[in-house]
Amino acid sequence: MVALVLAAVIRSIATNPRFEWDVVGQYLTDSRILNGLVTTIELTALAMVIGIVLGVVLALMRLSPNALLSGASWVYIWLFRGTPVLVQILIWFNISALFPTIDLGIPFGPSFVHLNANDLITPFIAGMLALGLNEGAYMSEIVRAGIISVDEGQVEAAQALGMTRLQTMRRIVLPQSMRVIIPPTGNETISMLKTTSLVYVIAATDLLYAATLIYSVNYKVIPLLIVVSIWYLAVTSVLSVGQYYLERYYGRGTSRQAQAPTIFGRIRQNFWPKHADVKLPPDESPKPPRLPEDHR
Amino acid sequence: MSEAMVKAEAVHKSFGRLEVLKGISLEVATKEVMCLLGPSGSGKSTFLRCINHLEKINAGRLWVDGELVGYRQSGNKIYELRESEVAKKRSEIGMVFQRFNLFPHKTAIQNVIEAPIKVKKVKKAQAIERGRDILKQVGLSDKVDEYPARLSGGQQQRVAIARALAMEPKLMLFDEATSALDPELVKEVLDVMRDLAREGMTMVVVTHEMGFARDVADRVVFMDGGVVVEEGPPASVLENPREERTKRFLGLVLEH
Repeated sequence: MVALVLAAVIRSIATNPRFEWDVVGQYLTDSRILNGLVTTIELTALAMVIGIVLGVVLALMRLSPNALLSGASWVYIWLFRGTPVLVQILIWFNISALFPTIDLGIPFGPSFVHLNANDLITPFIAGMLALGLNEGAYMSEIVRAGIISVDEGQVEAAQALGMTRLQTMRRIVLPQSMRVIIPPTGNETISMLKTTSLVYVIAATDLLYAATLIYSVNYKVIPLLIVVSIWYLAVTSVLSVGQYYLERYYGRGTSRQAQAPTIFGRIRQNFWPKHADVKLPPDESPKPPRLPEDHR
Repeated sequence: MSEAMVKAEAVHKSFGRLEVLKGISLEVATKEVMCLLGPSGSGKSTFLRCINHLEKINAGRLWVDGELVGYRQSGNKIYELRESEVAKKRSEIGMVFQRFNLFPHKTAIQNVIEAPIKVKKVKKAQAIERGRDILKQVGLSDKVDEYPARLSGGQQQRVAIARALAMEPKLMLFDEATSALDPELVKEVLDVMRDLAREGMTMVVVTHEMGFARDVADRVVFMDGGVVVEEGPPASVLENPREERTKRFLGLVLEH
């Protein structure tokens, strides 16, 4: 049944001329599309960096014994998670209506830099801020879950050694919480890649907006949306591979076995067996495990 | 007071409405090995954790090496120390936990060198060299680069002891260091502790190992219900207890 449906779909995709695969091929590497792709990737990367840094800070604030810090974090999460990201994008884009000028200086004191908000907040900056600040609210919950998942004994051991709270967090707790943090963060990154397409409403020239600009002229709507989909899929696939390696790295020390080689490692082993496994000589059977030595 | 490494005066500690320590007063002299015995819930682990300020005391006074633990006295008032000052004091006291609490994402040697490098600012090469020596001292020279998950319980606890020793502490606290171990692995850990005692380390040991207390301790303190019931040399407390509660406890422990 499944095979039948699949066959029908494939046949339709291959033979329906309105897919216009030649047009897809033609625009796949169009310079406007590629520029849009670069913008999308930049936007994703910057928004995720903002989101992760903010998420860590918010999570630490939320877990702080200081009521002001944890309260501020709670309000932030409530506000940014409670409103649609599309609305937030539009608000940032129109921020100049709220604050026509942006002054950098001492609060309530002299200001050193005087900027026009309309010049500073380009569509790209507005999108980056909106997506990043929104992401921070979600990331903080992910980071908090990771921190909570680390055994309390770890903190006690670190403190007993004289490490400060910050050192304990950076050196002991956060690295261990990564195992819990990374899978959902991978999810968030992939989700962010696709959410960046929302910035087309403020005319930031990301991948989707570049495509809409082209099809609004030549009316090749479906082929261009397929081009866009192919690129999103391609980048998502690359991100998944990156996540696999990150998880491996932070999973070290968690298993009794030595880590299995990666897919590429296995391929390398098959074709260039230079680092061959160390095999025991045939006459030497594995020794029984040694009992703990008496070292006195 | 110069002789006392640890001095407690009427130390009280409550968790909410549950009073766990009801006025503990005792002293541990430098180079002395003191074993804290008592049924679970007697407050012995809590008292141990007060010594390095993992628990804050609610009343009384507690000194380590002549200095108040976690507080600073100025005139008649005491002030809580800043976090960095507490951390510095803690770095001079080693602690070994029942459940080892090794850092699972670090190898044995990385566990050992972490605090010397980050807290004492020792150079990495020097820390590694010294760390290897200490791991050798606890009989683990062949496990230097192993992650904790691949070590037995006894080996893990010996790494934990090495980790504490790497800070060159003036006092070692053992919180039921062998209670989570399989019976056949207890000896290897006790042997390391015995060696330490012989080298003159000041030790406060919470334990259920009566044999260790009898052979190694200079003094045994029996606690129950948050108070010190009886204390003295192991021979007298363990062989000829005066108090009824001590007798009952020892009867239960030594029966089997």
